[in-house]
Amino acid sequence: MIFVENLHKSFDGSPVLNGISTSFEKGKTNLIIGQSGSGKTVFLKCLLGLFTPDEGNIIYNGEAYAEMDDVKKRDLRQDMGMVFQGSALFDSMTVEENVMFPLKMFTNNPISEMQERVDFVLERVNLVDAHHKFPSEISGGMQKRVAIARAIVNNPKYLFCDEPNSGLDPKTAIVIDNLVQEITQEYDITTVINTHDMNSVMEIGQKIVFLKDGYKAWEGSNKEIFKTDNEAVTNFVYSSELFKKVRQMYIEERN
Amino acid sequence: MKYFEAIGKYFLMIREVFSRPTKWGIMKNLILKEVDDLIYGSLGILIFISFFVGGVVAIQTALNMDSPLLPKYLVGFATRQSVILEFAPTFISIIMAGKVGSYITSSIGTMRVTEQIDALEVMGVNALNYLVFPKITAMLLYPFIISISMFLGILGGWTASVLGGFSTSAEFIDGLQIDFKPFHVFYAFAKTVVFAFILATIPSFHGFYMKGGALEVGKASTTSFVWTSVVIIIINYIITQMLLG
Ligand SMILES: Nc1ncnc2c1ncn2[C@@H]1O[C@H](COP(=O)(O)OP(=O)(O)OP(=O)(O)O)[C@@H](O)[C@H]1O
Ligand SMILES: [Mg+2]
Repeated sequence: MIFVENLHKSFDGSPVLNGISTSFEKGKTNLIIGQSGSGKTVFLKCLLGLFTPDEGNIIYNGEAYAEMDDVKKRDLRQDMGMVFQGSALFDSMTVEENVMFPLKMFTNNPISEMQERVDFVLERVNLVDAHHKFPSEISGGMQKRVAIARAIVNNPKYLFCDEPNSGLDPKTAIVIDNLVQEITQEYDITTVINTHDMNSVMEIGQKIVFLKDGYKAWEGSNKEIFKTDNEAVTNFVYSSELFKKVRQMYIEERN
Repeated sequence: MKYFEAIGKYFLMIREVFSRPTKWGIMKNLILKEVDDLIYGSLGILIFISFFVGGVVAIQTALNMDSPLLPKYLVGFATRQSVILEFAPTFISIIMAGKVGSYITSSIGTMRVTEQIDALEVMGVNALNYLVFPKITAMLLYPFIISISMFLGILGGWTASVLGGFSTSAEFIDGLQIDFKPFHVFYAFAKTVVFAFILATIPSFHGFYMKGGALEVGKASTTSFVWTSVVIIIINYIITQMLLG
């Protein structure tokens, strides 16, 4: 579980997050949704400790991040995996070296054991023949999968994904979504995903936090999001014709 | 005010570079890679420039000695002095600020804008140690390539004066040995070591703390070159005043 209390963050005096409180549950895919520029990435980076919040607390496993000493923070970091918006693979390393990097850095396992684990996670994300390619030599979808493999290789307790399926075709996007959800349930990870993809919301939105102008405008599950009358949410969710029709049908069905 | 802030930030960065070291097994390979990129990769241009500029120094000296009363060995003497004291340590360092410096700034800057540095930090890696320490360590070999530059500069001077008939080989070599002060060599290498540290750290600073996208990486490289050169020139003045003044 991760609890967030009254999180504030501004840059050079212009506020981005204006006091957000929520919680993210273990073994579930928690989604943060909102328009481009609504502060999703900043929020996620605060959770990760890459940005220091101006005010408020982030509580991991009962302990406030801000109050942990450096050693504790470092230990916590090693329990986190992150999939960045642009994958952020190390471009001087091959796919295999990228995935092995956290193991080499933080474990003293024999190389054969690391290799086994790398092969296992790469297979888990359905990448079997790209081991020796460089990030620039594989497609965006493959890069995302490598990034996921790298994020889970060290058995994290917390997994953060910043728009894991942006820039992917709908089919690959669903494959990635399902992959993240399966991994989350399989290993009982607390997963937080930034997205503005409505397919993801429907498919894997076990818990959804909706951000607007730096405020939490709504939270609930994917079952509830279609029933809510919250105007901000409906404006966001039903901005496409397709979803407007879905809502129409839903309302007709209800009457 | 902005400058003071940047200077403070620079020293905080240096402290962080030397704290929380990366595993030796990994660091070793990073250092070897940097030696390859920063030192070995600079040899070509260094050899080329040193030889020809050494030649030009000799020719200029010879052409400016109008008086027949001046002994011919002065060409060798002047070449030795200018190559060892200034050309090899300072002039080559300014060129390296362009070559090595912009490489460092753009490679670290690219890692910053593509969030690779964030990725390192999220994993709990000390990104500054991981990225900058190997560069500083590799640059420990910098005095070694500067001594190559000194040798080639003098060789270039010798070649030019013998080929151009400005002095005989024997006169030139006489000049090389006249009034030789070992302290001058110490002075030259003392500043080379300081320049090596500057060449590794100031460009790293500009790359590491840059903001923006690909366009800003290019701008950061330019700024980094300007500041690295300015600092080298100022430090050169200070060290010269301290050791020779
Ligand atoms: N490092 C930073 N310095 C200054 N301002 C920033 C910084 N990072 C983000 N911002 C500002 O914070 C706001 C929210 O940005 P953020 O990247 O969190 O949006 P987002 O919801 O992730 O958008 P997208 O869906 O496009 O990724 C933007 O107005 C942005 O300009
Ligand atoms: Mg974002």
